[in-house]
Amino acid sequence: MALDKPYQDVPGTTIFDAEQSRKGYHLNQFCMSLMKAENRQRFKANERAYLDEWPMTEEQKQAVLARDLNRCIASGGNIYFLAKIGATDGKSFQYMAASMTGMTQEEYAQMMLQGGRSPKGNRYRGEQK
Amino acid sequence: MAKITASVYTSHVPAIGAALDNGKAAEPYWQPVFKGYEPSKVWMKENTPDVIFLVYNDHATAFSLDMIPTFAIGCAEEYQPADEGWGPRPVPVVKGHPELAAHIAQSVIQDDFDLTIVNKMDVDHGLTVPLSVMCGQPQAWPCQVIPFAVNVVQYPVPSGRRCYTLGRAIRKAVESFDAPLKVQIWGTGGMSHQLQGPRAGLINQPWDNAFLDQLIADPEQLSYKPHIDYVREAGSEGIELVMWLIARGAMSERAPKVVHRFYHVPASNTAVGHLILENT
Repeated sequence: MALDKPYQDVPGTTIFDAEQSRKGYHLNQFCMSLMKAENRQRFKANERAYLDEWPMTEEQKQAVLARDLNRCIASGGNIYFLAKIGATDGKSFQYMAASMTGMTQEEYAQMMLQGGRSPKGNRYRGEQK
Repeated sequence: MAKITASVYTSHVPAIGAALDNGKAAEPYWQPVFKGYEPSKVWMKENTPDVIFLVYNDHATAFSLDMIPTFAIGCAEEYQPADEGWGPRPVPVVKGHPELAAHIAQSVIQDDFDLTIVNKMDVDHGLTVPLSVMCGQPQAWPCQVIPFAVNVVQYPVPSGRRCYTLGRAIRKAVESFDAPLKVQIWGTGGMSHQLQGPRAGLINQPWDNAFLDQLIADPEQLSYKPHIDYVREAGSEGIELVMWLIARGAMSERAPKVVHRFYHVPASNTAVGHLILENT
């Protein structure tokens, strides 16, 4: 019997549940490895070679190389883990957040200053704005 | 006997810690945030407890995906501030209270809550930012701390109801500890925020303020709020607010005294909420 997952109709949102976690285990553990300085250095020296040390899917590796966080999330990544890639790149969290929304960092920062993204029109998929 | 004197609720946004650590607290962007905690620091000095039972979540720091405990209680002598990728925060080592922590673990597990016992872990911004906003930048934290980590990273996270009833079990445990300790319980995280996907940046001020109202006046009813309401209304990371219900559940059944209430948008990607409630 399928489990009840009422969060699947929330737009622009992927809930990191047990199923996503299973898919993303190696991707997220790769991210976790970047908490060590020597691993960050090795990753930066040759990203592809470092990624090939992990039993990740090709899609996951390509998503990391492209720094496409939405693709990383779709293939099981979790934002708290993925944030370590941004830290390795010297990017702020706000830069990473903006990169997932299609906005520039400046536009995103401005939206936050004006009170953030409104829930109006963002509660259900297909909802009228 | 030990007793719970008060509860504190606060967001634990990492950028707040970074602003303090990097001397940016007086900048126009951050000034309103820290101003909101000025009365709290005064209150904290006048009402320093012996122990803080600090409910927070780990952000892929101490717990990777190798092990994901739903509730983890720190029973260690001390905890180092973690290196989260940009070096450890320049804050004091966190001193634990192993005797009280072990006593609470014993009591709460016997009350059917399955806690994971942790004897060694580093603590990340989820625990140290609340200490910073309440205590400033001292050489040593003013009291001992029992870290209590809740999984709110991988769904399903514990329900609000379970968190609330766990709080009650913690209250019972504290009140049966044979030493005259003053204990505060802190619930941290939130308020509305979403850090992932095209919907990142979601903030819901009316919802947050209604949450604060109900947390004060009717936590029993609030505890039944389903996960999906948090996700839909307060963002995928707004689910951290279930942790506030642990602290609220540990308070007495009598109406609390509201010592301080503060709300501000934004701190980086997040709405900042803060409450201090005293037992009456």
